[in-house]
Amino acid sequence: MPRPTPFHPRTSELCTSLLYKEWAGCYAVRRYDVYHEREYYALRHQATVMDATPLYKYEVQGPDAAALLSRVMVRGFMKAKPGRVAYVCWCDQHGKVLDDGTVTRLGEEHFRVTSADPALAWLQRNARGLTVQVNDISRTLGALALQGPRSCEILRQIIGPSVADLAFFGAIAVNYQLDGKSVEGVVTRTGYTGDLGYELWIEAEHALFLWDALMEAGRIHGLLPMGLDALDVARVEAGFLLGGVDYTSARTAFIERQKSTPFELGFDWMVKLKRPDFVGKAALCSEKERGPARRFVGLEIHWDDFADIHEAFGLPPHLTPETCREGVPLYAGQRQVGYATSRTFSPLLKKYLALATLQSGHAEPGTELQIEVTCEYERKVARATVRELPFYNPERKKAKPPLAPAREGPV
Amino acid sequence: MARSFDAVIVGGGHNGLACAAYLARAGKKVLALERRHVLGGAAVSEELFPGFTYSVCSYVVSLLRPWIIRDLELSRFGLEMIPLEASFLPLPDGGSLLRGADPDETRLEISRFSRRDAETMPEFGRAMSKMGLFAKPIIDSQAPDPKSFRPGDLMQLLRLGRHFTNAPPDELELRLKLMTMSAVDFLDEWFESDVLKAPMAVSGIIGTFLGVRSPGTAYVLLHHYMGEIDGAFRSWGFARGGTGSVSNAIAASARHFGAEIRTQASVEKILIRGGEARGVVLESGEEIRAKAVVSGCDPRRTFFGFVGRENLPDEFCAGLDSYRFRGSSGKVNLALDRLPSFTCRPGNGTHLRGDIAIAPGIDYLEHAYDQAKYGDYSERPYLNIVIPSVVDPTLAPPGKHVMSCFVQYAPYDIKEGPERWPERREAFGDAVVDTLAEYIPDIREIILHRQVLSPWDIEKEYGLTEGNIFHGELSLEQLAFLRPVAGWSRYKTPVKNLWLASSGAHPGGGIMAAPGALCARAMLGGRRS
Ligand SMILES: Cc1cc2nc3c(=O)[nH]c(=O)nc-3n(C[C@H](O)[C@H](O)[C@H](O)COP(=O)(O)OP(=O)(O)OC[C@H]3O[C@@H](n4cnc5c(N)ncnc54)[C@H](O)[C@@H]3O)c2cc1C
Repeated sequence: MPRPTPFHPRTSELCTSLLYKEWAGCYAVRRYDVYHEREYYALRHQATVMDATPLYKYEVQGPDAAALLSRVMVRGFMKAKPGRVAYVCWCDQHGKVLDDGTVTRLGEEHFRVTSADPALAWLQRNARGLTVQVNDISRTLGALALQGPRSCEILRQIIGPSVADLAFFGAIAVNYQLDGKSVEGVVTRTGYTGDLGYELWIEAEHALFLWDALMEAGRIHGLLPMGLDALDVARVEAGFLLGGVDYTSARTAFIERQKSTPFELGFDWMVKLKRPDFVGKAALCSEKERGPARRFVGLEIHWDDFADIHEAFGLPPHLTPETCREGVPLYAGQRQVGYATSRTFSPLLKKYLALATLQSGHAEPGTELQIEVTCEYERKVARATVRELPFYNPERKKAKPPLAPAREGPV
Repeated sequence: MARSFDAVIVGGGHNGLACAAYLARAGKKVLALERRHVLGGAAVSEELFPGFTYSVCSYVVSLLRPWIIRDLELSRFGLEMIPLEASFLPLPDGGSLLRGADPDETRLEISRFSRRDAETMPEFGRAMSKMGLFAKPIIDSQAPDPKSFRPGDLMQLLRLGRHFTNAPPDELELRLKLMTMSAVDFLDEWFESDVLKAPMAVSGIIGTFLGVRSPGTAYVLLHHYMGEIDGAFRSWGFARGGTGSVSNAIAASARHFGAEIRTQASVEKILIRGGEARGVVLESGEEIRAKAVVSGCDPRRTFFGFVGRENLPDEFCAGLDSYRFRGSSGKVNLALDRLPSFTCRPGNGTHLRGDIAIAPGIDYLEHAYDQAKYGDYSERPYLNIVIPSVVDPTLAPPGKHVMSCFVQYAPYDIKEGPERWPERREAFGDAVVDTLAEYIPDIREIILHRQVLSPWDIEKEYGLTEGNIFHGELSLEQLAFLRPVAGWSRYKTPVKNLWLASSGAHPGGGIMAAPGALCARAMLGGRRS
């Protein structure tokens, strides 16, 4: 039985569809309505709030906190600045990816790590000989993802206008305020949507206070609660891969070919090899020299081909509104050269998009391939072109958000 | 020194701009000229009253072609769509019908009027979607030319012909009925409830001077279902910031590809030498030379306004003389102090986040038409209302709202003569408010500002001949290879190097951008890029 998160009393009241998913042992709303469309559009044009509490969260503290993280992650943290967040992955000793998540430096000796799968044992096992404490705060720290173009406007009302100065991947300690009450927490300018957005961290006991404050502040901005279905469309547009869907963790992989290296996943930019020994370094060095055998890429499926395949049966083109997570093969001529793992129709771009893994020789942007399309139980192929990720990358994601002058009058 | 371009485009409506964008994207040097101070033509957003922004004319984006959104990267250039959530029909007796995205709730709603209709609805939807699928290729390519023997054209005709005759008999019958019957007769074969049929039937008359019982109006029902097919991919919606955002995104894309766009540049005539278009002359006297001239204005304004009968073959002029405009609708834009509350469904809700129809029965609609037939506006007109500020707060100050009412019938040719519209305009506006008051009793108290547009105003300000919203009626005899004149449906005109890219060309009116894009494709040699 999944457990409720601290926000459950509010989210369950609003979740008229009664559609939930199990996420890390917790109830997570898939969509509040029969369709997730309203939530998707609110995310891209207004703002949405999503309960992200099920994420695994760890507090890493002590004089050797930075040393521990530098030892297990593919990048170093000795010189990381307090008030900064890093997106990062970590590998086993063979250089195969275990998980990806974020590391936030809150102080000289104080970090927070988020991950998709439990990481406590892994962190503790690697902490031998170091003066560092790792605590699992997964269940005591609540998290809300406030995302979308108006997220900054909404947040300013509960933490003040200084939020506009928070840079992309910045973190600050804040006081959430509503009706004279004030509660401490942390805000990071991060998210999984590829849009302007923030993640709000707060002790679980104050979770409902934060939820109510946000909903109140968001009322005139069209803020909606969002579930995982809309997120799944947005994250494909943003080119974010999902562990367990787009790649398999080395921890759960049954055979070698199911595992991936950071270079294969397109994480080249985060791997820092010119530093003291860390887990997987030797393997990663030789992988870098060899070059990865596979590449994680974006694909655009030719809509006209897709429509023609359906038209031949007298059918209109049809796709489920949710992101499809069933893998399908990709071909170059007769040869299979990869597979697509997440496929979605982007309502904004009007494009049929996929995230895919391809043999390196076929992974250049612009390369044309064929993707399997099944229609009326018959297998067909449509053309698909390799595209640069992300598919959708609005300027506001990284820009300093412009704040409207304070509004007056009745709302 | 006169400047020279590959193409000069007359009119910065969304079609003219789309044509400019496609030409620029192909590397052509283009200039678009708009008479008004803002771009967009009938797809325009304007701040009519301080703080209140309106989609002054067109208000819902229906059939904007997805391939154009992709090709011109419109989302990158600022187009944001918000889907309509429901269709709401309030009734004077306190009842109402709400058709939304949830099929089960819609079924329950309809069954309050007829259980039989509730069950028939999905069947009807499927049948119409099939029809829509048959018609869709037609709006995404140039019109077939029945007189041509070129292999490509023959193939296209054959394909459509096959589409037509290979269909199972019941489908064939449906197609024939759809093309000949009146909207009401057609719907009568499926449904019994007036309350359901009335709001469906009106889509057959929008932009025409016909009634819901006039033959030939059934076919326009299809347009709705074509939207539904894309609907799985949600193309019916509000553009954030108003429909002008569609035009602005197309303009931004055009500029990105290198097009030059000027506003407050009114074209007086098209320069013609030796039967060939060579450029344009502005009202200011400025002359602009170009290898091709494209008109984004309606056919009458283009040919009788900018070109002149003396430069056109008689046969073509005769064809154009019988091309019908006959504007039949107006618009009332209101600024509201607060959200309106319907007697039948008080307060806020899904019913305010879509379109609202005042069409409480077939007879109501037919009565409205009766008055128009004899040169009056309808005392109790059909209204199509939207309150986009409910989903797009950028349109109005906090807590306040913009309400847009599309009104039919308001004949261009009122019995006193169209030029007398300015004297009758406000009385017409009053009739609309009186109609609203039957459903929203306190509407008069919450109106802060009001703008009334008669067909005469639409012609004068937006340049749409006789105020016809689609650059000429969308009736079967004015569509496809017959639009605007038989034999001249492929954007070419009798004047060499002069092209027509507006709603007056195939596939017609509405915010589709297809005429503009397809015209550019024809100019560039017919290839899809
Ligand atoms: C009241 C109303 C409501 C409507 N509602 C809808 C709706 O809800 N949904 C929908 O899809 N469609 C709707 N339509 C139809 C749709 O708006 C039009 O079919 C479409 O916008 C026409 O676009 P266009 O580019 O072909 O022509 P236009 O928009 O007419 O563009 C022509 C342009 O040429 C300019 N021009 C005119 N003369 C000159 C000159 N001498 N020199 C330079 N420029 C000149 C005009 O100012 C204008 O900008 C509506 C139309 C109206 C009027």
